[in-house]
Amino acid sequence: MSLKSFSRGGVHPAEHKLSSGNAIQVLPPPEVVVIPVSQHLGAPSKVMVNRGDEVIVGQLIAQSEGFVSTNIHSSVSGKVLKVDNFSDSSGYRRMAVQIQVEGDQWIDTIDRSDDLVKNTVLTSEDIRKKILDAGIVGLGGATFPTHVKLMVPKGKKAEYLIVNGVECEPYLTSDHALMMEKSDELLAGIHLMMKGLGVEKAILGIENNKPDAIQKMQKMTEGTSVRVQGLKVKYPQGGEKQLVQALLKREVPSGGLPIDVGVVVFNVGTVYAAYDAVMKNRPLIDRIVTVTGKSLSNPSNFQVRIGTPVSYLVEKAGGLPEDTAKVINGGPMMGKALSSLDVPVVKGSSGILLIREQEARRKEVQPCIRCTRCVGVCPMGLEPYLLMTLAEKGMYERLEQEKVMDCIECGSCSYTCPSARPLLDYIRLGKAEVGKIMRTRKAV
Amino acid sequence: MQKFIVSPSPHTYTGESVPRLMYGVIISLLPALGVSVFYFGIGMVIVTTVSILSCILFEYLIQKFVMKTRPTHMDGSAILTGLLLAFCLPANIPFWMVMIGGLAAVGIGKMTFGGLGNNIFNPALVGRVFLFISFPVAMTSWPEPGQWMQYTDAATGATPLGLMKEGLAMKTVGEIMPEVPSFLNLFMGKMMGSSGEVSALALLIGMLYMLYRKIITWHIPVSILGSVFIFTGILWLVNPDRFADPLFHMLTGGLILGAIYMATDYVTSPMTAKGMLIYGVGIGIVTVLIRIFGAYPEGVQFAILIFNGFTPLLNKYIKPKRFGKEVAHG
Repeated sequence: MSLKSFSRGGVHPAEHKLSSGNAIQVLPPPEVVVIPVSQHLGAPSKVMVNRGDEVIVGQLIAQSEGFVSTNIHSSVSGKVLKVDNFSDSSGYRRMAVQIQVEGDQWIDTIDRSDDLVKNTVLTSEDIRKKILDAGIVGLGGATFPTHVKLMVPKGKKAEYLIVNGVECEPYLTSDHALMMEKSDELLAGIHLMMKGLGVEKAILGIENNKPDAIQKMQKMTEGTSVRVQGLKVKYPQGGEKQLVQALLKREVPSGGLPIDVGVVVFNVGTVYAAYDAVMKNRPLIDRIVTVTGKSLSNPSNFQVRIGTPVSYLVEKAGGLPEDTAKVINGGPMMGKALSSLDVPVVKGSSGILLIREQEARRKEVQPCIRCTRCVGVCPMGLEPYLLMTLAEKGMYERLEQEKVMDCIECGSCSYTCPSARPLLDYIRLGKAEVGKIMRTRKAV
Repeated sequence: MQKFIVSPSPHTYTGESVPRLMYGVIISLLPALGVSVFYFGIGMVIVTTVSILSCILFEYLIQKFVMKTRPTHMDGSAILTGLLLAFCLPANIPFWMVMIGGLAAVGIGKMTFGGLGNNIFNPALVGRVFLFISFPVAMTSWPEPGQWMQYTDAATGATPLGLMKEGLAMKTVGEIMPEVPSFLNLFMGKMMGSSGEVSALALLIGMLYMLYRKIITWHIPVSILGSVFIFTGILWLVNPDRFADPLFHMLTGGLILGAIYMATDYVTSPMTAKGMLIYGVGIGIVTVLIRIFGAYPEGVQFAILIFNGFTPLLNKYIKPKRFGKEVAHG
């Protein structure tokens, strides 16, 4: 089988998929969970419970506020201890519901059996509604509400559903584990999403470092309208624009979305969650999280309840190694560093990575020697060295002309810089400033 | 509570660093250095040692006492400048001239602009041209290869390009060719010329190493060598009596050294693949124009410096192909 890949830039960091091949372990709920009401892109949800309320698994505790927003459910049964601001993975203190776990009682509409449900009589509108009700968001990390993506804007037409099983971040294996263990449900989910979107064709893209997943999914999809495509290992292939380009040779326009070229992209985790939501009436109350690190004794793939503290996961994976200097929520390329283990797992948490002392620090910054590596690896065809200089000097107009807003923040430039220059740090600052200017221009 | 380091992504890096890249280039130059020591003996050793030491020394002194910054003289870039400067000097040049060349290379070529990463012109070539203008006689007397123990007292002669330029005043190419070394000798490096430029074979091995280590890309060397080959090839086809064949042009003078090592200097060459190709073709064409129609037998050094000067312009206007077309925003 020939492997595809995106054409511009890209890097290949060491893969370190330590937890690859480890079965998904279902963790029991912890003693206390903290469920933030802002786990998705868009407006925070409105809290529906009060201190002292009894809740059960699957009960709505915060309601969608506006179009780009979603519902949030209790992931445990127990008593609401507090509705207050708690530190979350962003480092900010934000509104969340703290619940003391008592037993494990579920709402009885949820189908907790392992039976595979393949077909549904639901219309695409019903499917969207159920997905909104269940609080499904993009589980690849962007956490964009899924029901919004299912609504194809007027004047556009969806032709392909692309399912993202790339998992191009080093260390992470949760999507891999999902494809191996939940392939039936995933496939049913793909057909469901195709129905929701009204498309005839779907492609599942998987990188070649997961040959077992490619083989398994290929065998299962034989003779269906779902095609499985192996991809050459290259970061950031899991980026929407890169994946669409790799699979279909279509380039999403600058400032546009995949739907502009007739495509909607969902992560495998999202598709699986959508299957649960529609076919099993099961809201998004847990997810698969990779817990990994070179010094960690048991790198694992856990199925954990939303709101579980990160410290509980690390404990279950063998405890915090002494040489841990940095904790990342996500992968090493795009993940966010946590200041504490006392933050909850949220819908967007795909992994917890513990980085050792010797790898945790940045190198001393050297002058730019114009080696052109950052330009060569940029998957968006930008010039990171130039963007950094322009951002540093506050030349925002020029920064906008040089397409700073196209940057997908994949970090390939900073990763590859031999002078250890903080390219992406400055580009982010530049994007924030240019974004402000663009918004004021629109307002006038 | 345990304190963790918090910093924005990415959290992993390649092991590459400026010294690693610089020493990588230096390693790739070792075969050529070996060949030159073999042909020019003690002279090559003295010129190379003095050149490297003076570049390191002047970089240190300027940073420490003039710029008052932390000296970075051991990051490999000063050593590389010194090595490349030695490579484009005759192996019989007096050591004090080499020191002046080192001062011009590091002082004028590099530190004047603010140090590593900021200079417009290739420092080693600045040093060479400075010496070429200051000491035209010493810079154009070339030791014959094979004199191991002679330094400034070595017997000298003309370079193949020099023979060609002089000879064409009254003879045809066919009559001159027997006077120049065979193509095999030209390829191996047994000829008169700047100390490090002679062996095409050793320099090409160095290039393969740099390509393998991904220190450079193919764009600049291939576009320079290709355009020189095509341009001289056309002239040769038009009139083989007046114009030497392309292989002669490829193997003589500083072309290969310049194309692989001087023009590919990170700091002074363009940032995009397209820019590199324009730069390379420009250098190739100007090199041939100077060699054939100009006053000097060799023109690579000037061609590279001229296009060093164009590099900021190329960087400003030659952009990589951006991802995705523009859409009209409503």
